[in-house]
Amino acid sequence: MTTTAADRPDVVAGSRAPDKRAPEGRGVATTAHIALILWSLLVILPLVWTVLSSFKSTQEVLGNPLSLPGQLRFSNYATAWTTAGIGRYFANTVIVVGTALVLVMILGAMCAYVLARFSFRGNRLIYYSMLAGLTFPVFLAIVPLFFVLKNLSLLNTLPGLIITYVAFALPFTVFFLHSFFKQLPGEVYEAAQIDGAGEWRTFFSVMLPMARPGMASVAIFNFLGLWNQFLLPVALNTDSNNYVLSQGMASFASQAGYAVDFGALFAAVVITVAPVLVVYIIFQRQLQVSVTAGGVK
Amino acid sequence: MTQDVVPGGGPKRSVARRRRRPLTFDRASFMVVFLGLPLAVFVIFVVSPFVQALYYSLTDWSGFSSGMNFVGFDNYVKLFHDDIFMRSVRNNVELAIVVPLVTIVLALTLATLVTIGGSGTGTVRGLRNSGFYRIVSFFPYVIPAIVIGLIWAQVFTPGSGVLDAVLSKIGLHQFENYAWLGDARTAMPASMFVMIWGFVGFYMVLFIAAIRGIDPEVFEAARIDGAGRFRTAVSITVPLIRDNVQTAYIYLGIAALDAFVYMQALNPGGGPQNSTLVMPQQLFTTAFTKGQFGYSTAMGVVLAAVTLLFALVVFLVNALTGGRERKVKVRR
Repeated sequence: MTTTAADRPDVVAGSRAPDKRAPEGRGVATTAHIALILWSLLVILPLVWTVLSSFKSTQEVLGNPLSLPGQLRFSNYATAWTTAGIGRYFANTVIVVGTALVLVMILGAMCAYVLARFSFRGNRLIYYSMLAGLTFPVFLAIVPLFFVLKNLSLLNTLPGLIITYVAFALPFTVFFLHSFFKQLPGEVYEAAQIDGAGEWRTFFSVMLPMARPGMASVAIFNFLGLWNQFLLPVALNTDSNNYVLSQGMASFASQAGYAVDFGALFAAVVITVAPVLVVYIIFQRQLQVSVTAGGVK
Repeated sequence: MTQDVVPGGGPKRSVARRRRRPLTFDRASFMVVFLGLPLAVFVIFVVSPFVQALYYSLTDWSGFSSGMNFVGFDNYVKLFHDDIFMRSVRNNVELAIVVPLVTIVLALTLATLVTIGGSGTGTVRGLRNSGFYRIVSFFPYVIPAIVIGLIWAQVFTPGSGVLDAVLSKIGLHQFENYAWLGDARTAMPASMFVMIWGFVGFYMVLFIAAIRGIDPEVFEAARIDGAGRFRTAVSITVPLIRDNVQTAYIYLGIAALDAFVYMQALNPGGGPQNSTLVMPQQLFTTAFTKGQFGYSTAMGVVLAAVTLLFALVVFLVNALTGGRERKVKVRR
């Protein structure tokens, strides 16, 4: 499942190159290229415009939208990073997403392993309730969740946000890893037991390393999902010192309507997008393989 | 494959063998930590809020005061007479119909162009140098949804937005100062466009993978039988990947029934004449601005019901139009 399509060359039927090129076929290819180029432009141009605008002064932004910035105002980036607080939001996001990601991967792998490899009463019930947790909209839970956190004194704190992130990313993680642990051969487990390894040892030294490809895929999905999370922080983390990037961006944008520092707003957008985009371009092959492995199932 | 026994038959035997071993500290602590810890987190922060929501939706709870009266289905009755909320339901349904449909048609078209749009009369082949398109189309998936919304809100802004400038440059001067998000006629289509822009690339990559997973001989056979590219796409590709399409439809529908992030970025107030107001926005305001927690959880229940109904409809439509039957044939 992992060595699928994205690795293969762009050929559907056979790797044999066609010896003749008919004009009809070439026409189709040209049309295809034109359509795909148009779509690519539609994707890229707004991003390019955003980058250009991030170097403009507010006056220039409000002027002709098609003009180039008069000079490269890197000061916009400084303003966004410090005055607008994007730097702090960035740090908060790294802490929250980083911690939540590590925790959910460990807890998720443990839970998926037990559910996949041990049979006991209630196993199915737990599995299906995880599945249900995946389908119900978070909005249904958001109000009671607010008071659960409030009663635990975790409201408006980073630990509170982290544990909520973990809880809501858990069903997906378990669901995905469950099928991975299920596929692992039982003989390996038996062998480890015979060699005298306990359950803990068997999991951490034998089973977990074998599930590494699955772990990588889930980690990528979870990272993007948590990095982009918006509702949970907006509802449960309203102290502006603890803002994460997504909500910080939203609040900055709504303030910018009055304070009007549009150059800094665009710079903030670039700061938010650039790191993820760079990581994506470096790991795009791996990511698309993950999408494939996750989606085709 | 040959010894296809009753599901669970295999594992059960080995469990019986395991059970004979004594319950050591290693094993007991293992089960407690490995199952207990994740489950505790899941039950406290996911299950319990969902269950509480069902109860709160039947009360007039306003959160901070101690008074909480059981009011039965009053909240639901009130909801169905709440014109603004019903408007948001309608908007969500509209989104759940249009956004998945357009996204899937676009994604399928682009995926087809990449996989079987290649030139040549011999074998059906993929387009050369299509890796670039795949990488670029996928960009929006890694951009946070809130940022996608903010970028497009700027693009749509009258006067300083790039869209009006481009349109008037190519001669469409009536759009010189047109507020795409400020006019009730275009606010919803513009918002839908933004969501579709964000989704297409991901599903395009998914469909490309699915199409490449089809046995090449099938395409070869279709070609020998004289099917053109368009015919191949409609009669061969789509039926063979219909399970992927169904999954995509459900995911997209769920996303469209949410739409909270996009709408908050584009029109936080619900848009002109509430034309882009969605249930989650109304729920959020009712709960966290007005403090009507009982009433807002009832909205959440309606949202969940609509979501499940949507998934059910998609499954039914797929089953009734012969999804199962074809699947069996393909899997041989």
